[in-house]
Amino acid sequence: MDCGKQGQWRSVGGNIIMLKLEARQQPSNFWVYGSPLLALLITVLVGVVLFVALGKDPLRGLEMFFWQPIRSSYALGELMVKATPLLIIALGLSVCFRSNVMNIGAEGQYVIGAIFASGVALLAEKTTGNWIVLPILLAGIVGGMAWAALTALLRDLFNANEILVSLMLVYVALQVLSYLVGGPWMDPQGFNFPQTKIFEAATHIPRLIQGSRMTIGILIALLGSAALWVFLFRTRAGFALQVGGIAPAAARYAGFSSRRALWTALMISGGAAGLAGALEVAGPIGQLSGFLPAGYGFAAIIVVYVGRLHPIGMVFSAILMSMFYIGGEMAQSRLGLTKSLTGVFQGLLLFSLLACDTLVNYSVKFKRKT
Amino acid sequence: MTHPRLQLTGITKAYPGVVANSDVSLTVMPGETHAVLGENGAGKSTLMKIIYGSIKPDAGEVRLNGQPIVIHNPKEARANGISMVFQHFNLFDTMTVAENVWLGLARESLEQVTASIIAKANEYGLDIDPSRPVHTLSVGEMQRVEIIRALLTRPELLILDEPTSVLTPQAVEKLFVVLKKLASEGCSILYISHKLHEIRELCTACTVLRGGKVTGVCNPQEESNASLSRLMIGAEPPQLEHRPQQAGESRLTVKNLSLAREDQFGVDLDGISLDVRAGEVVGIAGVSGNGQKELLYALSGEDCRAPAGSIRMKDKDVSKLHPGARRRLGLHFVPEERLGRGAVPTLSLAHNLLLTRTGSISNPKFAGGWIQVKKLEDHASAIIKAFNVKAGGPHAMAKSLSGGNLQKFIVGREIDAKPTLFIVSQPTWGVDVGAAAQIRGEILALRDAGCAVLVVSEELEELFEVSDRLHVIARGKLSPSVPIAQATVEKIGEWMSGLWETGAVAERGGQHHHA
Repeated sequence: MDCGKQGQWRSVGGNIIMLKLEARQQPSNFWVYGSPLLALLITVLVGVVLFVALGKDPLRGLEMFFWQPIRSSYALGELMVKATPLLIIALGLSVCFRSNVMNIGAEGQYVIGAIFASGVALLAEKTTGNWIVLPILLAGIVGGMAWAALTALLRDLFNANEILVSLMLVYVALQVLSYLVGGPWMDPQGFNFPQTKIFEAATHIPRLIQGSRMTIGILIALLGSAALWVFLFRTRAGFALQVGGIAPAAARYAGFSSRRALWTALMISGGAAGLAGALEVAGPIGQLSGFLPAGYGFAAIIVVYVGRLHPIGMVFSAILMSMFYIGGEMAQSRLGLTKSLTGVFQGLLLFSLLACDTLVNYSVKFKRKT
Repeated sequence: MTHPRLQLTGITKAYPGVVANSDVSLTVMPGETHAVLGENGAGKSTLMKIIYGSIKPDAGEVRLNGQPIVIHNPKEARANGISMVFQHFNLFDTMTVAENVWLGLARESLEQVTASIIAKANEYGLDIDPSRPVHTLSVGEMQRVEIIRALLTRPELLILDEPTSVLTPQAVEKLFVVLKKLASEGCSILYISHKLHEIRELCTACTVLRGGKVTGVCNPQEESNASLSRLMIGAEPPQLEHRPQQAGESRLTVKNLSLAREDQFGVDLDGISLDVRAGEVVGIAGVSGNGQKELLYALSGEDCRAPAGSIRMKDKDVSKLHPGARRRLGLHFVPEERLGRGAVPTLSLAHNLLLTRTGSISNPKFAGGWIQVKKLEDHASAIIKAFNVKAGGPHAMAKSLSGGNLQKFIVGREIDAKPTLFIVSQPTWGVDVGAAAQIRGEILALRDAGCAVLVVSEELEELFEVSDRLHVIARGKLSPSVPIAQATVEKIGEWMSGLWETGAVAERGGQHHHA
């Protein structure tokens, strides 16, 4: 109920204008949805300043990020190619974050999922049928789950902090990957590149449209988003998980097991990240390579929060983050800017969002004092 | 002519959607003990925070010793001789008494602070050892630390917010001695409470608030409980009818339950035995922090470490069952903490039903069951209506309800499940008089319908009103029970310090008397 923070400055006439944050009685419905949009606007404005400072035409810069990725059907397809893993990983992570299991190691689960899937894909021969796709995807899910299970197990047995464990396991996963693609699985005819041979055609995830790299992965992601909505808002298990996240004492009172919540959340997010890895290696990439990790597992964390942890919201934020990925690459190749711009935009968006979220619970009042 | 110590005129404070104080005026003379009486949500806390400088009023004037003053923050309030003891203590558990007091007085050395604590403690008969860590103190002792901390600023006006809610009757007596001495030295006291008998004993003036407005100014010593509560709630609380009834079969049997504490500041349960029968209300009195929390965790199943065979429902050993399984056997429990345990603050009332009720769940095999939203909302609406909960509807967030209304909803949710064994902790803690009477009435109705009821409360008055038999819990041990007809406030008060074992009752331990 207390009034919050205050700031003040002097206006031209010498009056003091007070900027005051006043706590709202109820969270504002308008700003729950308005805040991500305002955050995006701020990101764009800062982006303009950034382009000017770098000596580039800001309009051209913005064009790279916001027009190029949607200007043709091919570009749209590429947009979806990158949005697919982001969305699938984010859907899983949102279950974790809603149940207050802070899994930030999705990148590692994604990599191990890709490795498991590749293991199956490499078994395929010229004569293998298309059915191999299903075991590949399942292997990806199992791999991601297994990696997440390490985090769950350590937390369950020794109460080890899941943030640290899951993050550290990312780096272990990366080492496993570089060992495999640089050692036992390396393509003998690959000129020593850290990658496996190109998978047989039968292993390829079916494409959606001719001439686009977009696969049925995007459909799986959208179905996943719908399934998540049902799980979160219509099943008692989903409800129990979320109660464990927002009010652990209430979950204990209700008899919802916190161990089950921990395992369920990590299995769902690990499985989702692993699936994303499988869809990536057997989809657009077509081989396991040391260049696989593109930071999707980390970017997905931003997708989750910008999408308000909501299954539908995350569809939009995944597309937005995908635009940043593509825009960064465009800015590099066409404007000669550094690719780190992608990370700068992602970070800007997250920071602006966190700042704008204040408006959900507080209203800004200007008061004039003479 | 002496100026009033504190004079408020026309204080108004509005929040979006609610006017907390509307044109409130209040005058406190030097040396006067002035009660501020009102139900929860009547605007008492807002008014006190305005005086203490943590809230700014929209309109109105504050005068201190005749001078108009604007207090911007609690620090300025203290500099102007205003001190406040909050209902919830602001003490660090791991630090000593002296270190805690020292925190607010950085200019002095720890030795000086220790010396002044001892001096103040002796002056007012507040027995406290400055070198003890706060977590070893009882709640009453913690309050003494807060009072000493307030007194060290040499206040001219001391504000106390519901100070007796955590004290034994004997400790209340001691507190009153201190307050009377303070008043006799010229310190003005603002005493916030909704306990009528205390106000009538202690205070010489009283301002009654209802819905943010002053509904009366009187001398409580010339008023009756009935006339005060008319001013406070606009009506007299309904009288409860406690009909004699033969208790039936045993529904809950606790046998020699000992349990090591779960967290380091908890209490070990030591050989607790207890029996609750159908159609009776068993009360457990005691000062908080004596094992109530731990006992209730073990009974509800939130802590299922109890040794096998120590907790039985009818003939079934439930010691190792989790809360859901015990609920299916007919045990429903209302915990002390409403927000965060009994209800999830940010979820709607309808969703909060799902914590303990499965009436609107279908296909339990699939992902724990399918939530039928319409049925759930109808169910919540029905409970809101049946238990007279003032809420925006089934979609209202739990935290948007006042304490009393949320408690009515939670009690309603559990009673509506038709329990065979009902356990409730602090049923009316922080609940206004009207809602409290309703909740106690519901408890008695449940008993009359043949349910076994266990009530754990710190309010003796309440326990005497609803119980058939009374136990007392002290330092993790449970006293034998006494039929309510043989219990007196003095005796129970003594037992609250753990003194039953020295008396003859010890030999009768475990035997129960039925009215």
